[in-house]
Amino acid sequence: MKSLISVLPLVFSLLLSACGQMELRATGDLGVVIEREAGSAQIVNTSKPAMLSRIEGLGDLSHASVVFSRDQRYAYVFGRDGGLTKIDLLRDEIVKRVVQAGNSIGGAISQDGKIIAVSNYTPGGVKLFDADTLEQLAEIPAVYGEDNQLSKVVGLVDAPGQRFVCSLFEGNEIWLIDAKNPRQPQVQKFQSIGKQPYDALLTPDGHYYLAGLFGEKGLALLDLWQPELGVKHILQDYGKDDEQTPVYKMPHLEGWTVAGDWLLVPAVGRHEVLVIDKRDWSLAKRIPVAGQPVFVMSRPDGRQVWVNFAFPDNQNVQVIDVKDFSVVKTLQPGKAVMHMEFTPRGEAVWLAVRDEDRVMLYDTETLSETARLPAQKPSGIFFSNRANQLGL
Amino acid sequence: MRPVWLLALVSAAVLAEQPTPQRQQELIDLLKHDCGSCHGLPPKGGLGPSLMPEALANKTDAFLLEVIQKGKAGSAMPPWQQFLSLEETAWLVQQLRQEGWK
Ligand code: HEC
Repeated sequence: MKSLISVLPLVFSLLLSACGQMELRATGDLGVVIEREAGSAQIVNTSKPAMLSRIEGLGDLSHASVVFSRDQRYAYVFGRDGGLTKIDLLRDEIVKRVVQAGNSIGGAISQDGKIIAVSNYTPGGVKLFDADTLEQLAEIPAVYGEDNQLSKVVGLVDAPGQRFVCSLFEGNEIWLIDAKNPRQPQVQKFQSIGKQPYDALLTPDGHYYLAGLFGEKGLALLDLWQPELGVKHILQDYGKDDEQTPVYKMPHLEGWTVAGDWLLVPAVGRHEVLVIDKRDWSLAKRIPVAGQPVFVMSRPDGRQVWVNFAFPDNQNVQVIDVKDFSVVKTLQPGKAVMHMEFTPRGEAVWLAVRDEDRVMLYDTETLSETARLPAQKPSGIFFSNRANQLGL
Repeated sequence: MRPVWLLALVSAAVLAEQPTPQRQQELIDLLKHDCGSCHGLPPKGGLGPSLMPEALANKTDAFLLEVIQKGKAGSAMPPWQQFLSLEETAWLVQQLRQEGWK
């Protein structure tokens, strides 16, 4: 009986392909578009722009992110409600779904692709899962302070050496998690790294971890080649005499730009993109932009940087030419541009335009629209080539 | 110390004019998406606390109005008075209490 059941799926898929209904799909062409309001995700083709299918029942996706398995066949969707869902991009189906916490913010996949890590707000901490089965391997509560409070965990990324790095929003700490033995992860803690780290990023070479601070100016920098040097507080002084403006949406640091010696990041609460000189971590320039930046994302070749904005300026997208740090174009794709994703080599960019219920494609050379696809309140776009990128 | 206008407003809120249907839709969208980016959708909490009816049950309208209008200094909660009139804020609070985003 057992053996009959195990061959059934095979027979079924043979039948399907025999009917010619299943076109062969190469995963390198695929992407996922999050539809936040319906709690669904579209699987899309990124070479021949089209929706291939819609996966429903993913829960609260009001702050969702996606990582891909190393073979690019599976997408792991992290939902706000603690849901962790593994989607098969070839069969258009949910393979497994667990609700692993009350409130969660994002996740990462390990260097070897075998561990999924999730960062949670409640209960504050990080959990590790087997990427195959989603079996829980370890729980790391984000305890801090004298009275062992739990902190929200943000800015979780993978790092070389089977490690993960994350930050504690209330705890003001950065944790370096060694998951070589995923059932008994080792945590190295860096304390008092600055007030309220809200998100973080890893340089594409896996060398530096940088956490943005909400509670004070500047960023916290950890050199992963020399963690023994501790965390350094950089850009402490920029804008300290400027008037503090309210922040309507937390900026994201993912997708930062390294162009030569320069690094571009959103300024918190200000209508500026900051250019940091990577040689000495000093502030090289402040580029005035059309609102409070949310994502500051570089085209894969690093020549252009695309910026979207927080409410009430989120109908704009600006393009910065890294050659001279000038804003070369202001686009108005529609109301509420939530996210941007470049094709693997950057000839095109996809924009999620939430309130217009569409995804828009732009040619990054001509900066003009080339196509639009319907989507229900799209909020995030993730292409499968992320599978091969550190920190994403 | 709670400003007097708030007290006056709370009693007036019930009588106050409702936003137009179109504005109501905009407000609900704001609640779902722009508040939702910190409070979740449904607003069970995120960076900001839960705004579900049970979480707000023991908070007064006056308190909620003030937080939404003025924000909370020293936290990530921004002031919305630039974008929301008092009447609109009062209407939003009602929606929060009745799960009006559904
Ligand atoms: C950038 C993040 C952010 C956004 C956007 C945001 N909030 Fe908040 N909100 C917070 C935080 C953080 C708190 C907790 C403040 C504190 O007490 O420390 C909060 C607190 C509140 C409270 C008080 C709740 C309580 O139990 O004390 C209300 C009500 C509230 N927010 C409503 C709203 C509404 C309505 C919107 C949209 C119009 C909104 N918030 C948008 C972050 C945000």
